[in-house]
Amino acid sequence: MNRSPARRARIAALTLVLAGAGEFACRAADQAADPVAGKAPGQVAGQVAGAPAVQAVDANGQIEDQGLQARFERITQELRCLVCQNESIADSNADLAVDLRQQVREMLVAGKSNAAIFDFMTNRYGEFVRFSPPLEPKTLLIWGAPFAMLLLGGGIIYRVVRQRSRMPLDDEPAAGP
Amino acid sequence: MWKFLLPFAAFVALAVLFAFGLNPSRDIHALPSPLIGKPAPTFTLTDVLDPARSVSNAPLKGQVYVLNVWATWCAPCREEHEALLAISQQHVVPIIGLNWKDQRERAKQWLQQLGNPYQGVGFDGDGRTAIDWGVYGAPETYLVDGQGRVIFKFISPMTQQVWDTKFMPLIAAARRGGA
Repeated sequence: MNRSPARRARIAALTLVLAGAGEFACRAADQAADPVAGKAPGQVAGQVAGAPAVQAVDANGQIEDQGLQARFERITQELRCLVCQNESIADSNADLAVDLRQQVREMLVAGKSNAAIFDFMTNRYGEFVRFSPPLEPKTLLIWGAPFAMLLLGGGIIYRVVRQRSRMPLDDEPAAGP
Repeated sequence: MWKFLLPFAAFVALAVLFAFGLNPSRDIHALPSPLIGKPAPTFTLTDVLDPARSVSNAPLKGQVYVLNVWATWCAPCREEHEALLAISQQHVVPIIGLNWKDQRERAKQWLQQLGNPYQGVGFDGDGRTAIDWGVYGAPETYLVDGQGRVIFKFISPMTQQVWDTKFMPLIAAARRGGA
C-alpha cells in the first residue's frame, strides 16, 4: 500500500520521458552527423562550388572527402538492398546495390543532405528500403510497442509481487495476479 | 469474468495476426510500389535497336501504356516473352520496353531472334532510369494511365492470364476514367 496512484503515475511518466529522450538523442546525433541539415541552401551550394568536384571519388569508390565518406558508410548501412532483402546496400554485391551505392555517392558529392538521400530512396523503393523506420504517427506502434510491453510486464510483476508480499509467509503462494 | 475474457481476446488477436502473417499465399518478398498513384518518372533513352533514335515515355502522356522492364540475363524474361508478343498482337495499349543493365548487342539479338513486342525499347545500361522507377528485379511491368500516373506494378513474368485478369480491367477502368 506504500505506492499511491500518484506515485505510480510518476513512474509511468518518467519511463515515457526516458524513452522520448532516448529517441531525441538519436535524432540529434543524426542531425549532428548531417552537416548539410540546418544550413542555408546558398551555403551548401557554395561548399559544392568550392569543393574539388572532379576527382571527388577515387577508383575504389572512396570519396576523397573523409567526412563525406563517413556519411556514405553510415547511409549505405541504413539502406536495405531489395534484391537480397536482409543485407544493406553497403554489404551487398548485388548489381542493384552497386548502382544504389553509386547513386548515394553522387548525391553526397553534389552536397545533398542525408534526409534528401533517404527521401530519394523511399520515394522510389518505399519505406521498406530503410532498416529503421522514421518516427511518425503511422510508425508509432512500432516504436512504442517495446515500451508499452515493458510497462505492461512491469505492471504485472508489480501487482504479483505486491499481492504475494501481503500473504502470510506459511501459506502456499497463489498463482496469477 | 475478465480472467476468462482477456486470455480469449489475446488468443483471438494472435490467431488473426498469424492468419495474416503465416498465410502461405502471401508473397513476403513482394513490395508495394510507392510509385502507385504518382506521376510516372519520365525518361529519354537511346533505342536498343538504333542508338541514333531515342525512346521516351513523355510523348505517351494522355494515353494508357505499359512499361516492361527486361534484360537478356533474366531467365524469367525469356519465359514471359511469348506472352508479351501475343499481348502486343492484340494492340490494346502501347508496350514500351526498358532494357535494364544489359548489353546492347545481346538485347538486339534477343529482339531480332525472338520477335519484338515493344513499340520502343529504351537502353538503360547504367540502370539510372530503373532506379527512378524503383525497379529491383526483372521482369517488372508497370501500367500508366491517361493522366500519366502509375496505377499498377506487376512483379513476375507476364502471362496471358495475368494480362486478362489484372491488366485488362485496370486498362478499361483507366480509359473510362480518362474519357
